[in-house]
Amino acid sequence: MRRILAILLENEPGSLSRIVGLFSQRAFNIESLTVAPTEDDSLSRITIATRGDDRVLEQILKQVNKLIDVIRVTDLTDREHVERELILIKVLAMNDKSRTEVKRITDIFRGSIIDIGKQIYTIQLTGNADKINAFIETLGNETEIIESVRSGCVGIARGEKALRV
Amino acid sequence: MTTELYTGAEMVVKALSALDVKYVFGYPGGSVLDIYDAIFQQDDFEHILVRHEQAATHMADGYTRATGEVGVVLATSGPGATNCVTGIATAYMDSIPMVVLAGQVATTLIGDDAFQETDIIGCSRPIVKHSFNCRKIEDIPNIIAKAFYIANSGRPGPVVVELPKDLLIPEKKAKFSININVDMRSYNPTVTGHPKQIKKAAKLISEAKKLVVYSGGGIVIANASELLTELVETLKAPITNTLMGLGGISGTHENFIGMLGMHGSLEANKTMANADVILALGARFDDRVTNNVKKFCPNAKIIHVDIDPTSISKTINAHVPIVGLVDIVIQQLLDELKETNYQPNEDALKAWWAQINEWRAAKSFSYVPEEKGAKIKPQHVVESMYRITNGEAYVCSDVGQHQMFAAQYYPFAKPRQWINSGGLGTMGFGLPAAMGVKLAFPDKHVICITGDGSIQMNIQELSTCLQYNLPVVIVTLNNRSLGMVRQWQDMIYGGRHSSSYMESLPNFIKIAEAYGHIGIEINELSELDSKLEEAFAIKNRLVFVDVLVDELEHVYPMQIKTGAIDEMWLKKGVKA
Repeated sequence: MRRILAILLENEPGSLSRIVGLFSQRAFNIESLTVAPTEDDSLSRITIATRGDDRVLEQILKQVNKLIDVIRVTDLTDREHVERELILIKVLAMNDKSRTEVKRITDIFRGSIIDIGKQIYTIQLTGNADKINAFIETLGNETEIIESVRSGCVGIARGEKALRV
Repeated sequence: MTTELYTGAEMVVKALSALDVKYVFGYPGGSVLDIYDAIFQQDDFEHILVRHEQAATHMADGYTRATGEVGVVLATSGPGATNCVTGIATAYMDSIPMVVLAGQVATTLIGDDAFQETDIIGCSRPIVKHSFNCRKIEDIPNIIAKAFYIANSGRPGPVVVELPKDLLIPEKKAKFSININVDMRSYNPTVTGHPKQIKKAAKLISEAKKLVVYSGGGIVIANASELLTELVETLKAPITNTLMGLGGISGTHENFIGMLGMHGSLEANKTMANADVILALGARFDDRVTNNVKKFCPNAKIIHVDIDPTSISKTINAHVPIVGLVDIVIQQLLDELKETNYQPNEDALKAWWAQINEWRAAKSFSYVPEEKGAKIKPQHVVESMYRITNGEAYVCSDVGQHQMFAAQYYPFAKPRQWINSGGLGTMGFGLPAAMGVKLAFPDKHVICITGDGSIQMNIQELSTCLQYNLPVVIVTLNNRSLGMVRQWQDMIYGGRHSSSYMESLPNFIKIAEAYGHIGIEINELSELDSKLEEAFAIKNRLVFVDVLVDELEHVYPMQIKTGAIDEMWLKKGVKA
């Protein structure tokens, strides 16, 4: 099943490559990976979406934890959590009908149009993976998608539970 | 007040001195010449010049396995560093603490495909415990201190430190400060077993009727041999060792039932297969032990003690996982057993041992003795070596049939006596490892047991042996073929000996002599013992003993592929 791991690690050169290397070396799956420094810039936080049964997941958590740079790792999918992903998507908006329709779909999904070209709308949307998938599909039925970029998901536990040093 | 300033190269040397390093194994080259210049001007440690960087890593590794001290390797950038890769992987697989100081081109050139530039951090990433890039001179001492700490704590392993040339040059200097009491927020290995788990384990042990102790290299690394023996004697249980764990308990202890696994004893594998509780101590259920994991010891509850959480329930699910240093956990177990007034179940033990002794009676480590005038059996050579050295030699092995024969026929009395590349299976490991051991213990017999294939993978080190007077005894079980490959081809590949015959073997005696050593050839059974005795009597010269053995001999017993742990060939065509 799909799992979302949150990893807090030293913001050192090579830290990310150790994580990525570990996943490929041990044949673990990476669906998406996001990384950026935290408010304390000596730390980085990574969110990885992966797939595997309990046994594989246990190995992934242990192996990630074993990396010297890693301070904490947790499986967010174990408990109540929030996950979000950002998509920027460029679509054809050739005529009034299609412009109206794209705007309407964007509003329904609570996205926003962030750039307009002669025949192109660029839309920004956040949500969980399901919502973004639905948005892409709905837009695709209405107009032509020129290009899109997804951030990969980021996640955080609900309530007081926190991942910190 | 003026503070003294040091170059990066001087800092490397000062840091190694501060960490009490006695030997550095290495080979100079462009990017590390400043370090070599600094080494030339100090007396705290000795540099051992090898003939190939791979040998430097194995030599450091052998030194470490025998002494427990961290091995230090110094290599130049590019090919010097990449030549270390096999040795780093060897140390990684067997959890050997090692620090590899690798040169690098100047930071201004990194990424330009400069002369002798390789991304050694990238090359070695999957086979190191950790690695460091140095980017500031003043960081060098503490990075080296951290490297030592990481290498030698928790589950030990190799650490690579990359040192760019422009951080070492005489023009750049900085203040030297080092903190050898390393504290890292991201790295705190668990050392003590969880008390609840200890209680659970003790309860399971006290309820067991068919208990077996299965111990591995962790016992050797943790110097837990005495505690292990005490535990086994308290439990009165049978104990088996992995290939890496041999010597963890004396090979002649009455509770010792031999090595287990692919070429283990029948009684060890049978005992495992029929046990109701397996107490695994510093062993990791390697595939060469378990055989088919789906058929592995179906009736056993497993207590698994290991310093590395990833080793637990990786291949075989543990019922009672305990993370901690194995010596501490054994002590905790002993205390708990004492507290709960543990008494072994004598009736159950009696029945269990009666069963084990039946399996023992099959004498699975035995061979058909040579008929008169026939070729020498390789097992016979090991038995003779055992007798001549009173079982007290350090035995450093290469990889192949000779390795298994040594493990089977040389019972090791003490830990650290048996030195081999068990995890990676690195041919070419034996000679440099033996050299490292000899350096540490010049007055002890140090044997390199090898084959005509393996010895040629680092034979150039005979030159290093002459330079540093390292009189190891090399015993080559020469069967004119890659014996283990050939055995598999005989058993599994219809006897098609594809590239396993060593044509054009060199004259090893002349090679030994050309390097300034003594060569002894043994071809006749009648002279086996006398010539071996002659070889071991020579204390101050390296002796290369080339024993021509029966090339048709296979290593038995042998687990049957995809079978259970105790499904074995006892000899050709005979299943257990």
